[in-house]
Amino acid sequence: MSRIRGGHNFYQIRFSDLEVSASRDMVDILLALDLNTIEIHKKSVRDDGIILYDSRTIKKKFEGPEFIDVPFKKIALDIGKSSIMANTVAIGAVLGLLDLGLDTLTEILKSTFKKKGEEVIEKNVACAEAGYNYVISNCPRCETVKIREPEEKKLLLIDGLQAIGMGALISGCKFYSAYPMTPSTGILNYLASKAEEYGLVVEQAEDEIAAINMAIGASFAGVRAMTGSSGGGFALMGEGLSLAGITETPIVIAEVQRPGPATGLPTRTEQADLLFILYAGHGEFPRVIFEPGTPKQAFYLTNRAFELAEKYQIPVFIQSDQYLGDSEWTFENFDFEHLIYNDYRLREKDLEEVEEYKRYKYSDTGISLLAVPGESGKHLVVADSDEHDEEGHIIEDAETRIKMVRKRLQKKLPLIKSEIEAPLLYGDPSPEIVLMGHGSTYGVIKEMVDILSKDRKIAMMHFSQVYPLPERDRFDYIELLENAKLAISIENNATGQFAKLIRAETGFEFTHQILKFDGRPFTIENLKEEVDAYL
Amino acid sequence: MPTSEDYESQVPAWCPGCGNFQILSTLKQALVELGIEPWEVLLVSGIGQSGKLPHYMKCHTFNGLHGRTLPVATAAKLANHSLHVIAVAGDGDCYGEGGNHFLHTIRKNPNITLLVHDNQIYGLTKGQASPTTARGTHTKIQPYGVPSEPLNPLAMAISLDCSFVARGFAGDREHLKELMKAAITHNGFSLLDILQPCVTFNKVNTFKWYRDRVYKLEDNYDPYNRVKAFERSLEWGDKIPNGIFYKNDKETLEEMVPTIHKEPLVRQKFSIEDVKHEIEKFY
Repeated sequence: MSRIRGGHNFYQIRFSDLEVSASRDMVDILLALDLNTIEIHKKSVRDDGIILYDSRTIKKKFEGPEFIDVPFKKIALDIGKSSIMANTVAIGAVLGLLDLGLDTLTEILKSTFKKKGEEVIEKNVACAEAGYNYVISNCPRCETVKIREPEEKKLLLIDGLQAIGMGALISGCKFYSAYPMTPSTGILNYLASKAEEYGLVVEQAEDEIAAINMAIGASFAGVRAMTGSSGGGFALMGEGLSLAGITETPIVIAEVQRPGPATGLPTRTEQADLLFILYAGHGEFPRVIFEPGTPKQAFYLTNRAFELAEKYQIPVFIQSDQYLGDSEWTFENFDFEHLIYNDYRLREKDLEEVEEYKRYKYSDTGISLLAVPGESGKHLVVADSDEHDEEGHIIEDAETRIKMVRKRLQKKLPLIKSEIEAPLLYGDPSPEIVLMGHGSTYGVIKEMVDILSKDRKIAMMHFSQVYPLPERDRFDYIELLENAKLAISIENNATGQFAKLIRAETGFEFTHQILKFDGRPFTIENLKEEVDAYL
Repeated sequence: MPTSEDYESQVPAWCPGCGNFQILSTLKQALVELGIEPWEVLLVSGIGQSGKLPHYMKCHTFNGLHGRTLPVATAAKLANHSLHVIAVAGDGDCYGEGGNHFLHTIRKNPNITLLVHDNQIYGLTKGQASPTTARGTHTKIQPYGVPSEPLNPLAMAISLDCSFVARGFAGDREHLKELMKAAITHNGFSLLDILQPCVTFNKVNTFKWYRDRVYKLEDNYDPYNRVKAFERSLEWGDKIPNGIFYKNDKETLEEMVPTIHKEPLVRQKFSIEDVKHEIEKFY
């Protein structure tokens, strides 16, 4: 929520010795630091779950087998001499409940409080131990909770926005301009923190109009550039998007969705901007939209976004939402072998070989050479938002207009389309039931398939490269949908926007849709209930 | 050394007698006298009659959107500060549509030059009031007279502590050229508002009207006195001063960005190898 301090806030952690990729409604352990938390989340605690709380802090005693009363505050005062360490006691108590040991937590406390000195670290470690031991000696039920000893494996922990930021960094992005807007600000934060070390310029623009025009200006001047916002901020970028279209200036735009219209639900999630960014900007020009399903996909697709933007000199979107953006996932590794970096721009020596340079020279592919201004005394780079000739100067005549539309749009489109990857099919290769989704619903649909595949021929069809739709020659996904007995489209919006896009582009109509527009992501429980209703 | 011919380009599509012709020829002359080659210059313009200017000159050009000249110019300068970046805008373009960018670019202080063709009217859309049109002026859209106070770009810029604030007149090319040269060589954001008669739509602020009123700021005028500069910027009417009103030699945006201290961003090499280890921080 948008309250900065105070009020109710919560964080859900799900872990397993199997891969997890979605959130659940029901929790096994509720760690409540205030009364509000118990009142709001008690209904989400499973029948055999546990609620850890401190009756003295919240001035209320709860009866019932699920409640374990731990004096977080008293222990913090006794051991740490400060009530602020009650949180550390509480984390220790959770680990005690799970019998997971304190080694990792001790390491985390040491690094977190490094700047605060030895004394603070020691007190926090002692508080964690006290919480840990208190639960072990005061919880008769805890024997049943114990979980399997985890494997010694180092995993990386990354959220969707950091993955987009890291993806931009590793793609050679040199310029990022944005106006802060939840939930996209994480990208701005990440890149700003890396700017000095890796030679990036990160500019906080006066508004989103300036943000996109800055990205275009930087890209025109010769560096890879990106901007980002949420729906409301992107709404101001429509004109700039169109400018990138006609000037054929490569840019990458991150659009991290929250529920609208207008201010909507600023800190919640939705997938309702797909058709908006698909049709944003006046006039006709090519664009690409990616919508990753995991932070790992976000990382690779951001890299791919830069590759396509630079190669075809077009705007490319990396669209996400608050749920994926702010969710932290663990992965064993990111594979760097698949990353691409091709510098398509003509610099210094490349330009010597060009006799006569025209920024918008006609070509078979529609792609003209993209020269960096100021690199050669011989060549001038002229870009224009007016319709222009090959040199970049204003024209009015119909013949040149037709040639330019062919070059910029019609020649490039089939080439761009051929680069788009097929949707991912997960589960049965010839399924009777297909659950289709795009973007951040990946995880929850995947787990649904895992749950339901025991006695059904079921598969997930997931699109992370949503526009243009992939060609069907490599994988005829429409035929697969037509052959299925039941095809359900699952989207985090009220109108089934992606299903509409599929219908518009392929003619295939989803007769069954599961739509969620309460500002919350799908959870395993609520999606299962909806899917079960169709089975 | 560059010559005027190096800058020659297409024939302008402006009305005969338009003040833009003088601005164009003066700008070419100023660049030639400064010894700046066409390939060292990036002209960024918006939309309006002024926005066409870069098409009539040979140099790197980005003719972008109405009002959005300054964000493009600022970013281009950040990406390659070895270029001379000159933004060309009109009064409606820069003070109206792009007002927010005008305000914040002054605050950011990139080392770019802004030339505003200020004709106090909308020329391209045929004669509506601009932000600098005098109150009470009758137009097709404002038949009862323009109800708004005109914007005073100089006073506004000085109030924002703009690094360089000047005004010239298209009808006095010698003076305008010196002002252009001073603006281009100034290290910081330089605003040069140019009084430019619109021979078609502005029948009030004609060449004669200006000639009868303009005068140059005194030789002993101190442009570093901000309060005095503000006072002089308010002078308008029977007497209209031109010249460099205000200067403040403060740090530029580029100087505040450590990333580009060693070399322009555009020349900095990149390889995936150099960034790979960043992923370790997530373990």
